[in-house]
Amino acid sequence: MAQFHNVVIVGGGGAGLRAAVAVAEANPLLSVAIVSKVYPMRSHTVSAEGGAAAVIAEDDSLDEHAYDTVSGGDWLVEQDAVEAFVQEAPRELLRLEHQGCPWSRKPDGHIAVRAFGGMKKKRTWFAADKTGFHLLHTLFQSALSYPDIVRYDEWFVTKLLVDDGRVHGVVAIELATGRIETIIANAVIVCSGGCGRVFPFTTNANIKTGDGMALAYQAGAPLKDMEFVQYHPTGLPFTGILITEATRAEGGWLLNKDGYRYLQDYDLGKPTPEPVLRSMELGPRDRLSQAFMHEHAKGRTIETPYGPIVHLDLRHLGASVIDSKLPFVRELCSKYQNIDPVKELIPVRPVVHYMMGGIHTDIDGATPLEGLYAAGEVACVSINGANRLGSNSLPELLVFGARAGKAAAEYVQSLQTGPRSVVYKQGDDEERRLRHELGRHDDGTERIADIRTEMQSTMEEGAGIYRDGNSLEKAAVKLHELRERFERAAIDDHSSTFNTEIVAMLELSCMLDVAQSIVACALQRTESRGAHQRTDHPMRDDEKFLAHSLVHRQPDGSGRVGYLPVTITRWPPGERVYGR
Amino acid sequence: MSTITMEVTRYRPGEDSEPTVQSYEVPLRKEWAVLDGLNHIKDHLDGTLSYRWSCRMGICGSCGMTVNGRPVLSCASFLVDYAPGPVRVEPLRNFPVIRDLVVDISDFMEKLPRVKPWLIADPPEEGEFLQTPEEMDEYKKYSMCINCMLCYSACPVYALEPEFLGPAAIALGQRYNLDSRDHGAEDRRDVLASAEGAWACTFVGECSTACPKGVDPAGAIQRYKLTAAVAAMKDFLMPRGARR
Repeated sequence: MAQFHNVVIVGGGGAGLRAAVAVAEANPLLSVAIVSKVYPMRSHTVSAEGGAAAVIAEDDSLDEHAYDTVSGGDWLVEQDAVEAFVQEAPRELLRLEHQGCPWSRKPDGHIAVRAFGGMKKKRTWFAADKTGFHLLHTLFQSALSYPDIVRYDEWFVTKLLVDDGRVHGVVAIELATGRIETIIANAVIVCSGGCGRVFPFTTNANIKTGDGMALAYQAGAPLKDMEFVQYHPTGLPFTGILITEATRAEGGWLLNKDGYRYLQDYDLGKPTPEPVLRSMELGPRDRLSQAFMHEHAKGRTIETPYGPIVHLDLRHLGASVIDSKLPFVRELCSKYQNIDPVKELIPVRPVVHYMMGGIHTDIDGATPLEGLYAAGEVACVSINGANRLGSNSLPELLVFGARAGKAAAEYVQSLQTGPRSVVYKQGDDEERRLRHELGRHDDGTERIADIRTEMQSTMEEGAGIYRDGNSLEKAAVKLHELRERFERAAIDDHSSTFNTEIVAMLELSCMLDVAQSIVACALQRTESRGAHQRTDHPMRDDEKFLAHSLVHRQPDGSGRVGYLPVTITRWPPGERVYGR
Repeated sequence: MSTITMEVTRYRPGEDSEPTVQSYEVPLRKEWAVLDGLNHIKDHLDGTLSYRWSCRMGICGSCGMTVNGRPVLSCASFLVDYAPGPVRVEPLRNFPVIRDLVVDISDFMEKLPRVKPWLIADPPEEGEFLQTPEEMDEYKKYSMCINCMLCYSACPVYALEPEFLGPAAIALGQRYNLDSRDHGAEDRRDVLASAEGAWACTFVGECSTACPKGVDPAGAIQRYKLTAAVAAMKDFLMPRGARR
């Protein structure tokens, strides 16, 4: 028997919760459900640290936020979307304040803002260095005051139901019981976040396996700009735990093995004791991670068992600044690195952090597939272009979560017809397939973890911070081989109760799709822009590539890549200038 | 390479009539959390072991377990601290077990909305509520709860009286009560000051010891009892309409 809702949201993180509330507010009569593979407050939004950008200071302006975002994204940015984004971001953050978010304050009680990388003004709202945690819990707790929002907690979505070019719902498994349900919906909003786990070394939580991207991709919706993978310059070695950019906003320095602030050698400005906006350690993430690679090539990084590192120096900030502005950093360093940043240097290296690319949507979160919407990291509007600026992702998931919710609510009210019987049959077929997956693989010869580990190292070697045609070709061949081996994967666990092995297998299938789409897009883009750096094509090529990659999935899992022009409203392509 | 033995509680409903213990040898590495040991088992030794985890940085609240008898986050507890072993890994106590190390927390999820953990207030027409850093300090500690359930696992009252709202839920209610922007204390009172609310707590304090985030739910509950007692006294002295 199927379940019915007007709108089903896949994912209960920041974007999903915001979208659900937007649907409920647009029309309280609509039935809205959140289907999430974890309890909403466990979602990866919880890990965001540094802050959320929105213009509030008197010396700031929407145009400056827009320009920083467009230039930060190396002009591969939908400028109309950015204009809407910067305008709506302050309203969204204020709304959270009214719901109880403990934003850090100035002594007079007003909202405080801090500097952030690539931003020319101080405009990043923050809740110490647990901004994502407070944002998510505020959203989740305030969503509890909407009792009509239905939740499917710990349900894993395996398929989007599509008939005649229109989305009609999902099929999902309840993890606790193994129950498989067809959930019919007039519209589906995918808000399931990113896919950092495609790479071996990432800040991303274990759940970030690109499920939503793969669901949409398999259903026929194109992915956009998948070659743009953000490496955050400062992750802890071994764990990959994020050390927030706010450390540098508060005045932290990046030092090579000689104690030298090496960023000055990479056209990012001159070192000053106090932090300077859009300069040195407050440059954009792509440029800082690339600088690390050059330092490494020059032999000026430090070798450790967990790869080369440089140092982040916060010692001169003193205990009181660290404890009031960066308490979580101190906690993480102490717990996971056994060091105290008040007295010691923090070892850091670049770490996969964020997907600029994702499901192709318009400014209202609508995908080309009727009835399918997406918002947050899983989506690509694109306000982030070739490189996202730190503290733009939290306001993005609010602004576009709200927009997608509103648009979906309007769409379902305009509908005249429901699903045809073929949709229910699709649901039954999917249920049969999943039961088969649970039962088979007795004779499997491949371990899921081995395929996953090989996929991850393939991506790092082939599609890392610097790539070339050769490395990408090799990665494409290897991924093809891994997909074949995946068909022979073994499943030890045949229980229908909380079977995390079958989840790992479904996630791996999603990750292989996402990995192949990244490599396909990266191969075709023979230029260097933002986070996509081709050593065989080191220059930006606006003539050919001031365009979004759009990749469609082929039946064999490979991607067919096309291009879409970039919308330019007020900021013609120019040079990205930092520190001068 | 040195190793350590992990003794893990297994339970699969329908297959096992009662929980059993299974031992695994895992590498003993300086950086490895208990969770890394479990992941090693899952990936290389036995794919049938089930447990929850996600952020592996102590903020998502997924991976609470009982390790050598104490409720901890398995991502933030390190194997070397249990050397030479063996390390006993069991599910969190005081919850029904779904499977292996996975417990059923739906009781908490059902109780949480009852304390109305959201701001009850009329927002200003323009701009933000003003709140000084000192006003924020009043409730900040209580806003740090990650819902990891360690406090419920440690609480002797919850063990005996499942109706008890429990440490995290009461602390979250109190978090909003103490927020200078909030006017909902009266709306939360029926639940927080009920027999299953703050008054059920016997102030054992195990919750605050177990809390990995320094929330101090025991302190929140004691403080609420005082507030509730004063309010009850006012009720006694004044007609109901004059409460506020």
